[in-house]
Amino acid sequence: MSPALPNSFRSGPDERGHFGIFGGRFVAETLMPLILDLEKAYAEAKADPAFQKEMDGHLKHYVGRPSPLYFAERLTEHLGGAKIYFKREELNHTGSHKVNNVLGQIMLARRMGKKRIIAETGAGQHGVATATLCARFGLECVVYMGAVDVARQQPNVIRMEMLGAKVIPVQSGARTLKDAMNDALRDWVTNVHNTFYCIGTVAGPHPYPMMVRDFQSIIGIETRQQLQEVEGRLPDSLVACIGGGSNAMGLFHPFLDDPSVEIFGVEAAGHGLTQLHAASIAGGRPGVLHGNRTYLLMDEDGQITEAHSISAGLDYPGIGPEHSWLHETGRVNYLSATDEEALEAFQLLSRLEGIIPALEPAHAIAKVMELAPKRPRDHLMVVNLSGRGDKDVPQVGDILKGRNK
Amino acid sequence: MTTRIDARFAELAKQGRSAFVTFVMAGDPDPATSLDILKALPKAGADIIEIGMPFTDPMADGPSIQAAGLRALKGGMTLRKTLEMVRSFRKDDDATPLVMMGYYNPIYIYGVDKFLADAKTAGVDGLIIVDLPPEEDTELCLPAMKAGLNFIRLATPTTDDKRLPAVLANTSGFVYYVSITGITGAAAADARAVGEAVARIKRHTELPVCVGFGIRTPEAARAIAESANGAVVGTALVDALRGSLDAEGRATAKTVTAVADLAAALAQGVRGAKQAAE
Repeated sequence: MSPALPNSFRSGPDERGHFGIFGGRFVAETLMPLILDLEKAYAEAKADPAFQKEMDGHLKHYVGRPSPLYFAERLTEHLGGAKIYFKREELNHTGSHKVNNVLGQIMLARRMGKKRIIAETGAGQHGVATATLCARFGLECVVYMGAVDVARQQPNVIRMEMLGAKVIPVQSGARTLKDAMNDALRDWVTNVHNTFYCIGTVAGPHPYPMMVRDFQSIIGIETRQQLQEVEGRLPDSLVACIGGGSNAMGLFHPFLDDPSVEIFGVEAAGHGLTQLHAASIAGGRPGVLHGNRTYLLMDEDGQITEAHSISAGLDYPGIGPEHSWLHETGRVNYLSATDEEALEAFQLLSRLEGIIPALEPAHAIAKVMELAPKRPRDHLMVVNLSGRGDKDVPQVGDILKGRNK
Repeated sequence: MTTRIDARFAELAKQGRSAFVTFVMAGDPDPATSLDILKALPKAGADIIEIGMPFTDPMADGPSIQAAGLRALKGGMTLRKTLEMVRSFRKDDDATPLVMMGYYNPIYIYGVDKFLADAKTAGVDGLIIVDLPPEEDTELCLPAMKAGLNFIRLATPTTDDKRLPAVLANTSGFVYYVSITGITGAAAADARAVGEAVARIKRHTELPVCVGFGIRTPEAARAIAESANGAVVGTALVDALRGSLDAEGRATAKTVTAVADLAAALAQGVRGAKQAAE
C-alpha cells in the first residue's frame, strides 16, 4: 500500500533529512557537530551566487559540460520501438557522472577550510573523480576501496595513484563498497577536525543524499533542455542504473513532477534475485545503515548481508533513501538486471553504437532492451550512460575469453 | 525511576570510589563461553557490564571489536539470544547493572516496542546505541525512557558546550565520555585532557560520567578513575579473549580466566584511584 501522495515529489527532504520514513542522521555523536556544520555550509553556498558561478565555470571548462544528448540510431533500429537517446555522462572528464558531485563537494570543502579529503569507492569512478579534483585543487586525498574491488578494477586504482591519491584496500567484511564505506566512516570519526568526507552517492546521513542529488541534478536539467531543442517536448521515459543511485537521481529529479514521464531505475540482480544479488528494493526491506534509513539487504536478525554484482559500482546492499521513498510512493519503477543481461548489453552497445559502456549503465541498457521494443516509435526514451567501460575492459575480456575456450 | 545503574552509583558514592565498567561482546566466541565470562566479571570486580550486541557493520569500532562481533555472529549469535543470555545471567545476579551496547539496525528489525519490553523483562538496565544521536531521539531514546530503561548517551571531544545540553537532555543512568575522536581500541586517552573534559561535562549535569575508548591497563584505568566516576575497558578484554582462543578461533580452558584475570587487575587499578573530586 502506498502512503498518501505528496503535492510535489521534489520538495524533500524535510529539515531533519527525511524523505517519508527514509533518510535521517544515524551517526555517532563525534560526527554529529560536523554534519550540522556541513548542512549549514551547504545552505550558505547554495544561496551564494559566487559559488554557483565558480561551479558553472569549472563544469564547463574542466568537466566539459554540457554532456551531449545523443540519438542512438542503430540501437533504436535494432530494438524496433522507442526512440532512444543517451545522456552521455561517460564523456565527462574522468569518465563518469561522479565528477559532477565531487566538484561540488570539493568546492564546499575548500569553503569550509578542510585540507584532507577522504572517499569510498566501488568501481573506482568516484575515487578517480575525487583524486582528480584533489589534484586540481592541491588537497590531500585518501580513497578507501574494498580489496576485491581493488583487484577487479585495477585500471582505476592505477589512475588514482597517478593522480597522487592514497588508495587503502579494505580487508574487512566482503571487501567491497559497503566495507569501504565503513572504513571511510572510521577514518572520518578519527580525523574529524581536518577531514571532509566526500560521499560518492545519494546516501549517508543528511545532508548528503540531498546535496549529492542537487549536484547531480545538472544531468536532468540539461536533458530537459536538450530534448526540448531537438524534439520540442518532454521525454516519455527515463532509464538509469542504481547502486546507491546518484546518476539515476540526477537524471530523475528534475522530471519527478512531470506525471507523463515514466521513470525506471535498474538495480543489479547479480546471479538472479533468488541467489546472490545487489537489488535492495527488490530483495530488501527498510533498515538503518551508514547514516540513513533505507531499503537494505539483511537477514532476519538485522545483520547486513553481502551483495553481489558483476559491477563493482552496483555491489552495495543499500540504496539512497530518496529512491526508497520514490519506490514506496510509486513514482519510480524499480527493475533489476542480472550479470548476464548486463554483459549482453555491454557487448551489444559496443558493437551497435561504438560505445563501450561501463558495466553499471550496461544494466540500464539491458532493461532498455526489454522496454523499448514494447513502446511505439514516437516514444522518447532517455538513458543515462553514466560511465565508460575502459575500466571494465580487462574484467569483461577475461570473462569472455573464459567462455570461448 | 531508579534502575540498577542508579543504585550502583549511589552505593559507589558511599564507598567513595569510581566504577569499573567492562565491555564484552555477546556470544564471543560462542554463546556458552560468553555467558561464563559474563558471570565471572562481577566476581573479578566489574561494577557495571556493557554487553555488545554483535553487528556486521560496526562503524565506530576498531579491528578488535569488529572481529569479536564477527566471531559471535559466526557462532550463531542473534539479538534474541543476547537477551536470553541476559535472562540466564539474572538468575544468579540481580544487582550488577547490565547495559546493552551496539547499533540500531538489529533493534529496529526486532521491533522497538517488542525489544524494549523483552529487554526490560530480561533484566537489562540501559542502552548505548552508537548511531542514535539526539537528533533521532524519537526512534528509541524516548520509548526506552518510557519503558524504564536508561538511555546512555555518548559525549565526545567534538561535543562542545553549545551542544552538550542537547546531548544531555534525555540522557539517564550515566554519561559515557568517549575520550578520543576515533574508533574503539585506537589511541590512548590523555588523562589530563580527559579530566578537563569530565569537569566540563559535570558543569552541565548531575549524572555520573564514565570514560571509555583507549583505556587498556590498570595504570591507565586508575588515572582515568581519579577524575571520572567510572572507567570503561572493552578492547583490552576482547584482545585477552582472542589471545586465549585456539587456532580455529574456538574457546579453550583458559578463555574465561584470561578475561577474568585481566578484569581483576583492571578493577584493582580503578580501586587504587584517589577518590574522584566532587
